[in-house]
Amino acid sequence: MTAASAFDSAGPAGDDHAAGLRRDQWRERMGLASLAAPALLLVTITMLVPVGWLFGLSFLDDNGALSLEHYRRMLAEPSYGRTFRTTFEISFVTTLICILLGYPLAYFLSQLPRRAANLCMIAVLLPFWTSLLVRTYAWLVLLQRSGLINTWGMKLGLWSEPLQLVHNMGGTLIGMVHIMLPFMVLPLYGTMRAIDRNLLRAAASLGSTPVHGFWTVFFPLSLPGLAAGASLVFVLCLGFYVTPAMLGGGKVTMVSNRIANDIELFFNWGAASALGVVLLVITLVVLVLAARLSRGAGLFGAGH
Amino acid sequence: MRLAGDHERPRDVAASASGSATALPIAVRRLSKAYGAVPVLDEIDLDVRPGEFLTLLGPSGSGKTTLLMAIAGFLRPDKGSIRFGEREVVRLAPHKREIGMVFQNYALFPHMDVARNVGFPLRLRRVPAAETARRVESALEMFQLGGFGTRRIDQLSGGQRQRVALARAIVFEPRIILMDEPLSALDKQLRERMQIELRQLHERLGTTTVYVTHDQREALTMSDRVAILDRGRIARIDTPRAIYDDPGSRFVAEFIGESSFLDVAIANGIARAAGATIRADNLPTRQGRCTMVLRPERLHLLGPGEGEGMNCFEGRVTGAVYQGDTLLLQTVLNGGSPVALRLTTRGGEGPPPVPGTPVRIGIAVSDTVLLPDEARGAP
Repeated sequence: MTAASAFDSAGPAGDDHAAGLRRDQWRERMGLASLAAPALLLVTITMLVPVGWLFGLSFLDDNGALSLEHYRRMLAEPSYGRTFRTTFEISFVTTLICILLGYPLAYFLSQLPRRAANLCMIAVLLPFWTSLLVRTYAWLVLLQRSGLINTWGMKLGLWSEPLQLVHNMGGTLIGMVHIMLPFMVLPLYGTMRAIDRNLLRAAASLGSTPVHGFWTVFFPLSLPGLAAGASLVFVLCLGFYVTPAMLGGGKVTMVSNRIANDIELFFNWGAASALGVVLLVITLVVLVLAARLSRGAGLFGAGH
Repeated sequence: MRLAGDHERPRDVAASASGSATALPIAVRRLSKAYGAVPVLDEIDLDVRPGEFLTLLGPSGSGKTTLLMAIAGFLRPDKGSIRFGEREVVRLAPHKREIGMVFQNYALFPHMDVARNVGFPLRLRRVPAAETARRVESALEMFQLGGFGTRRIDQLSGGQRQRVALARAIVFEPRIILMDEPLSALDKQLRERMQIELRQLHERLGTTTVYVTHDQREALTMSDRVAILDRGRIARIDTPRAIYDDPGSRFVAEFIGESSFLDVAIANGIARAAGATIRADNLPTRQGRCTMVLRPERLHLLGPGEGEGMNCFEGRVTGAVYQGDTLLLQTVLNGGSPVALRLTTRGGEGPPPVPGTPVRIGIAVSDTVLLPDEARGAP
């Protein structure tokens, strides 16, 4: 202390600059925080305010009085239950198909040399560069009664009558899987790429066949990516609108389609808001459960 | 001593794995591997004796790791033969080769605890649960990790992780152990302790071991024999002492130790370098040129009248580096060749000679190593 103050010509003897150093640190932190300020502001204005407004609307009846009418109707009318069941069915099946298609694809990509993997990744991401609407219309062109697939199929004599490929559950699933697949592949690929190849070599040297090594070492370590991809796809599916609206042809009604109907046809903002709130709550519950599950996997160190 | 208190399991492991009945020789013949036009393994012939600790030493890109990976089965060579004892294994899948492998980054399974990691090879071999538990615990005790079975991998230090990896590699009593720079991620003190431990382990188990490192001191410390690789070929294979005392080529001499080199001219059987006549036990040639290897710790700083039985050079000091146990004295000989000396330090010494001080340097005739000139072709 005494030695230090001997060199300290600026402050009084014994000044250790503690206050000044604390101020510097505070200033540095505020500088960093201010970088996030524009985004925070934007999220507040575009997310929190409208959602709060909808939340409020859902508890008002047609006369503007406080009531649980919209929620009561949701429970009372079986059509709402059907809508929610359809939504969950489609989301679940889409997620399942995305896993079945995406896991092997991500595995293949993760085993490629990095340069080749990057090229293939561009191919996976290519759909993102075109509009969602365009991609969905493209499926319509392919799948409709006089579409490419039916025309060619009949020309080749594979079937004689046009098949009903679209405006039903099947068509909706095809479109949804196509759009959701990258959301499954990306987190899976990232997780798989991070798995040390020496782990599989170690398993092999200890006597493990490639198949056994995959199931005992690689698969458990890829679970966090699988959980991330699956919950991402599932949650995105829950609120999906465009594809079921166009490829479902009115026969597949998901919650978002119902919300659109309530507003466009019946101008019932309260009912639409109530649906939105329930969907949001369900989504949050799913996300929390997914986080719990993958943390459970993380207990055994799978997160590393 | 650890063995005494508990049941005798660690000794069982040692007893069953050692002895000529189980230690396997490895014979590599004409093993080649090329990436494009670049050969990484160039017709390698290598014999590892049963129970031997052999180190593959070389700079990066020399092919040492490639050779180890080929022996382990993780890398498919272009051609050649690898035999474990009588058995040809070059086309055998890695999981059928029965080798214990230790990796540089440990390669412990992060989603399993210590006991499940070490028990992995035993469960694969359908060893009953009770025996698995017993053998895992005794293997852990062997590495001072008794009671660590339920720890998670990320709760262990680097040294503990490497011990777990070692326990896992030996618990199923493989007849060959391969190690790929297993200590390079550890700090210096721990590395040196582990070198001794690994050496003791090898003496206890007597398992044929192939060890890869780029650290020459590690190779010299641990090995029965060292194979020095240079661009996909084995430049030299011998005991550490033989290689150090007589490197045989400039490449090996440069790679092992920190030598200075002197150009020597030989005319009519008389060798001269840096203005001095050189006596040596054997001259590589009677006429022409050769290279003299000067090991820094074999050089002496001579006082007046000293230098009996030595080759002596005149020069002056250019710098001195105090390194605690030794003093590295940099000099330049008359004629311009830089030569470094490593002198043992003692308490109460004065300051080292200042730059410019004239010195006499001597090296015993028995320590004088001359390399034939053709060996200088190596970079």
